[in-house]
Amino acid sequence: MVNILIYLTLIAYFGATALWLAFFLAQRDNLCRAGAWLLGIGLAFHTLALIARTWAAGYLPVATMGQTLLVSAWALVAAFLILYWLFPIKVLGALSAPLAALMVSGTIILPQEHGVVSPLLQSLWLTVHIILALLGNAALTLACLGGIFYLVQERQLKAKRFGFFYRRLPSLEQLDALNYWCLTIGFPLLTAGIISGSLYAQHIMGSFWRWDPKEILTVLAWLIYAVLLHERLAAGWRGRKAAIMAICGFLVLVITFISSTLWITGYHSFSSFLKQP
Amino acid sequence: MNLVLLGLNHKTAPVALREKVAGLLTDLDTAYQDLQNQPALAELVLYATCNRVEGVCATAEPDAAINQIRAFFVSHDISEGDLDASLYTHQDRDAVQHLFRVAASLDSLVIGEPQILGQIKEAYRQATRNRATGPILNRLLHKTFSVAKRVRRETGIGGHAVSISYAAVTLGRKIFGSLAGKTAVLVGAGEMAELALEHLKSDGIGRIIVANRTLERGLQLAQRFGGEAVSLEELADQLLHADIIISSTGSPQHLLTRDQVKGAMRRRKYRPLFFIDIAVPRDLDPAINDLDNVYLYNIDDLKEVVEFNWQRRQQEAVKAERLVAAETVKFLEWLQTLEVFPTIIALKEKADRICEAELEKTLKQLPPLTEEQRQSLEVLTQSITQKLLHDPIIFLKGYHHPQRPTRELDTVRRLFNLDLDRDTELTEED
Repeated sequence: MVNILIYLTLIAYFGATALWLAFFLAQRDNLCRAGAWLLGIGLAFHTLALIARTWAAGYLPVATMGQTLLVSAWALVAAFLILYWLFPIKVLGALSAPLAALMVSGTIILPQEHGVVSPLLQSLWLTVHIILALLGNAALTLACLGGIFYLVQERQLKAKRFGFFYRRLPSLEQLDALNYWCLTIGFPLLTAGIISGSLYAQHIMGSFWRWDPKEILTVLAWLIYAVLLHERLAAGWRGRKAAIMAICGFLVLVITFISSTLWITGYHSFSSFLKQP
Repeated sequence: MNLVLLGLNHKTAPVALREKVAGLLTDLDTAYQDLQNQPALAELVLYATCNRVEGVCATAEPDAAINQIRAFFVSHDISEGDLDASLYTHQDRDAVQHLFRVAASLDSLVIGEPQILGQIKEAYRQATRNRATGPILNRLLHKTFSVAKRVRRETGIGGHAVSISYAAVTLGRKIFGSLAGKTAVLVGAGEMAELALEHLKSDGIGRIIVANRTLERGLQLAQRFGGEAVSLEELADQLLHADIIISSTGSPQHLLTRDQVKGAMRRRKYRPLFFIDIAVPRDLDPAINDLDNVYLYNIDDLKEVVEFNWQRRQQEAVKAERLVAAETVKFLEWLQTLEVFPTIIALKEKADRICEAELEKTLKQLPPLTEEQRQSLEVLTQSITQKLLHDPIIFLKGYHHPQRPTRELDTVRRLFNLDLDRDTELTEED
């Protein structure tokens, strides 16, 4: 049942990807409207799948990389749809939809490990910590995608080459405003995620900070975003610099995420969540 | 019914002749009054755009219609020889296609220019006011408007700026999104710069500042555009408020250097700044373009944009032509179905006449009937004829062959003797 829901989600996301890419090429408004609807339908299936999994497991399923990807993809699509509704930069869907589709594919492809789940994961506090962090990541992911578009469009305007992308991408000011919006939403969420995590760590392990590799990397990303936000507000940093910073911050977040499966050992790593029986 | 279109345009006639012919249309009311007396011109619309004067009419006698419109053009001091050398005539399919192409701005000097549709709409309004149009031209003109709109919407034919001044505005929009609330500074004066300012203004720019060497000239310009005037010495200070700076002075050296702009950028918190340098020699240091959030375009850059957009428009025009061709076919199909309606009506009328006559005869022979019985007899005769005619009518409407429009019609008309070639009374007695 859960798998059927995930496959339906995947189909909807890939369908939405096709529609958004078609929109990007043909620039017909009804294509992007259809894409947004399909993404919304996919999100509904996605939500049901997550509820079903959580219900079955008794905790938010984030014990493996695959499971976490599913939750992250959900946050990304939800954040994108909210943004699309409030602040219609339509072309962003052409990057967000495929990214979400790939993340859900990752869930299906990655091995489904089974084992005894660490009791750490089963607390409500931790669920809050994870949800805040993942929502923050989703908003910052969108900031990065907007940043990529900004750099492409800026390059076109500076080099005075008016090709394929020049016509299809929105104005620099809109893309820069997108960066600011996502940052002002994503940064507080990330901060709240870090704080809730460290409070919880203090509560059960007796220390706020344990030099865990994931902690260090996340704080590094947090610092990048903090500098960006500060400079934006104080010195008026914007445009190219802001876009590059947003992309750098996101890369650190990605490294943080991937490394917790691959080579990091620490209490944040996926392998520590799941003890082989 | 046939469609005839004739006229002259920038490709066939010199401007002097076009002006004279267009002069005939300045008083459209009398023009229509004259022409409506002509029996061949069943429906007529005359229109003049910047580069053409044309008339389109629906007529049963195309040759007579052409002669009458020609005769109308050959009045005043236009000689027949001049006119015939530049007059073109299109009929039916070509006429429809030509009108669609004109309205979609595919036949223009500047492909994709937006004014033409409005001019034809206005001309059509005049024609309807004079009751010169009928069902065919009404349909044709409305179709023309929708085709033109579709072309505009579905192809990029009007989407690429092909004048230097407008190209500057579209670039501005790619940088700033909306121009509302932005400030434009005009440095110096000149036709192209003023035209660009005109475009910015119609695009909703917030504030306009004119900086000029002579304050008097600056004040004049500022008044014209509803802006403020400052002296050229204040230009560096204006960098703090300005978003778009259009420069076209005759100055031999650079007005602004990279370092000046760099200093200003820090103070204006790196809000984007868009320079348009139309002057030759250039007013602005080319190195300004290297600064972050600063975009500098000189006249050659803009020319390149325009050149590039020209090519885009040509490509889009190919798409538009395809759309026009498809719509032309559709309209002609409609025009042909129109031809079957008189036949269908004649068929129905004939059936009704027979019903009535036969009913009358029968009622005379029968003993008096109640009202109910009479009505059922009427219903009976009507439903028999209706059912009998149902298939021929469907045949006429549906299987009407577009390539051989008259053949089926002819068969049906002869089959039912609708043109009364044979004497009906006579055949009955036989």
